Amino acid sequence: MVITISTLTIGLANLLAAFLFLFGLKRMSSPVTAPSGIRIAGVGMIAAVLASFLYVFSVDATAQSHLLVNVALALVAMAVGGVGAWFVGRKVAMTAMPQMVAIYNGMGGGAAGGIAAIELFGSHTHGVDQLAVTLLGGLIGAVSMSGSVIAWAKLDGVLKNPLRFKGQQIANGLVFLAGIAVGGWIILGPMSGAAMILPMSTWITIFFGLTLLFGIMMTLPIGGADMPVVISIYNAFTGLAVGLDGFVLQNPALMIAGMVVGAAGLLLTLLMAKAMNRSVTNVIFTNFGEIAKAHHGAIKGTERPVEASDAGIKMRYATSVIIVPGYGLAAAQGQQKLYEFVKLLVAAGVKVRFAIHPVAGRMPGQMDVLLAEAGVPYDMIFQLDDINADFATTDVALVIGANDVVNPAARTDKSSPIFGMPILNADKAKQVYVIKRGQGKGYSGIVNALFYEPNCNMVYGDAQAVLIKMIEAVRGLGAAAA
Amino acid sequence: MHFDIAMGGLIALYVFMLAGFAGWVIIGNVPAILHTPLMSGSNFVHGIVVVGGIFALLNANTLLEQAIGFFTVLLGAGNAAGGYAVTDRMLAMFKTSGSHAKPHHGHGKVHQLKKS
Repeated sequence: MVITISTLTIGLANLLAAFLFLFGLKRMSSPVTAPSGIRIAGVGMIAAVLASFLYVFSVDATAQSHLLVNVALALVAMAVGGVGAWFVGRKVAMTAMPQMVAIYNGMGGGAAGGIAAIELFGSHTHGVDQLAVTLLGGLIGAVSMSGSVIAWAKLDGVLKNPLRFKGQQIANGLVFLAGIAVGGWIILGPMSGAAMILPMSTWITIFFGLTLLFGIMMTLPIGGADMPVVISIYNAFTGLAVGLDGFVLQNPALMIAGMVVGAAGLLLTLLMAKAMNRSVTNVIFTNFGEIAKAHHGAIKGTERPVEASDAGIKMRYATSVIIVPGYGLAAAQGQQKLYEFVKLLVAAGVKVRFAIHPVAGRMPGQMDVLLAEAGVPYDMIFQLDDINADFATTDVALVIGANDVVNPAARTDKSSPIFGMPILNADKAKQVYVIKRGQGKGYSGIVNALFYEPNCNMVYGDAQAVLIKMIEAVRGLGAAAA
Repeated sequence: MHFDIAMGGLIALYVFMLAGFAGWVIIGNVPAILHTPLMSGSNFVHGIVVVGGIFALLNANTLLEQAIGFFTVLLGAGNAAGGYAVTDRMLAMFKTSGSHAKPHHGHGKVHQLKKS
């Protein structure tokens, strides 16, 4: 009777959690309802986690003697993992969000791989289908974990350069195939009755070793500019691994939540790849940075610098200004000063909008978050498709810390590595100002044709310092008028 | 009474298919401006893996299983708690011009902008 009630309670709590996850994510379709969305999903999580302790009433007979220890271990693990991650999550800087998401994602992948490992080591799964799904969940979870750790190291600057060597793809392929082969042996070996050569637990260890290694090797050669795609892929991977674990454990909440996240990750991956005009396989398997460095555009002309104060005053007397921020703005910690400047312009009657490219920043939507953090209202922030036609009727386009996403070579120069990539048409504005650290190429090493256009002027300097000068210049005008 | 939720392979595939579609449609409606909180939020959602970890740990009967189970629950709990914390923080930052109550907001009226 106790078992029946506890099983029913767990089942209903998981059903509730699955519903609240979907409902909460649904509310993310607008910034107005999104905050309640995550809280609703949070309620679902708490319900499912609390109910899961009712499993104590229905543990396997063999695990009965360990029950007290196991419950204590679970509570300690939850306290350490949950509280630790909570406090880090509360404190982490918004600019560090991509590596934070990578870490949380890696933790989820590790947990999914861990469940598969317990099922395999404990021989809890039987039958070809169950074993195959467990191994697949373990493989994807392990790849997601080790890959996410490498992605974190790259985003955090621990690993500075992509590691590439000759025959890398072949080496990666061999490691992957070896992992699949060991997995196949784990399923088929015992069935065939052949001698296993090594104990089963050794084979399982080799399997996880190979899959973890593959995650590392697959991520090492990928360049920093491609990280938005990589993070999205591993998000999808972890979701998929969790979903497969859900099947193994016969838990529909895990299946639904995992699959929904898998679909979400896939969608974002495709969106990011599209915004770079590259296929997902191209991102993973080609060395983008090196191609870019080999390309030397034959652009004639010079960059024409102007004073920050002159540019600031020009914008003060403009009717409309569109600002194109890129990761360089965040790197210079210039968001607060930028919004201060924007507020001055708005107060003077200038129509100011922000134009965000889908791959601005190190993960999808990062620039939007950084602007929101600085206090920029989201109704001033526009995405590529919504604002691109408006550049032609805009007085000034101000480009800060962005480079490739405004390079007109993507439209015109067939030999450019970014040819075909959708860009923000900043060059179509009557006047373009580009705030840039100095002369030279940007992050990807591609020459930017925009800088040489007749309607473009460069404002050299650190973004924050330049913005302070612009603010002073515009404030000075106000004081003179008063 | 019998409340078995065990399901065979085909029913499981149906659940996967429907959940995949639901996810694709729901996520497809999320505006690009919210893609970072969406990603950390969906990250939080796969933190449900902690429930599977608790189940596996409670049923562990060797030291090895207990050790793996401990780290599984630890990682899963970290995934869920951290994912929630950062998503909640980010979403609280998104404000409209109307809802702005900042002290600096005395400079004048912010343009109400609509998509044209």
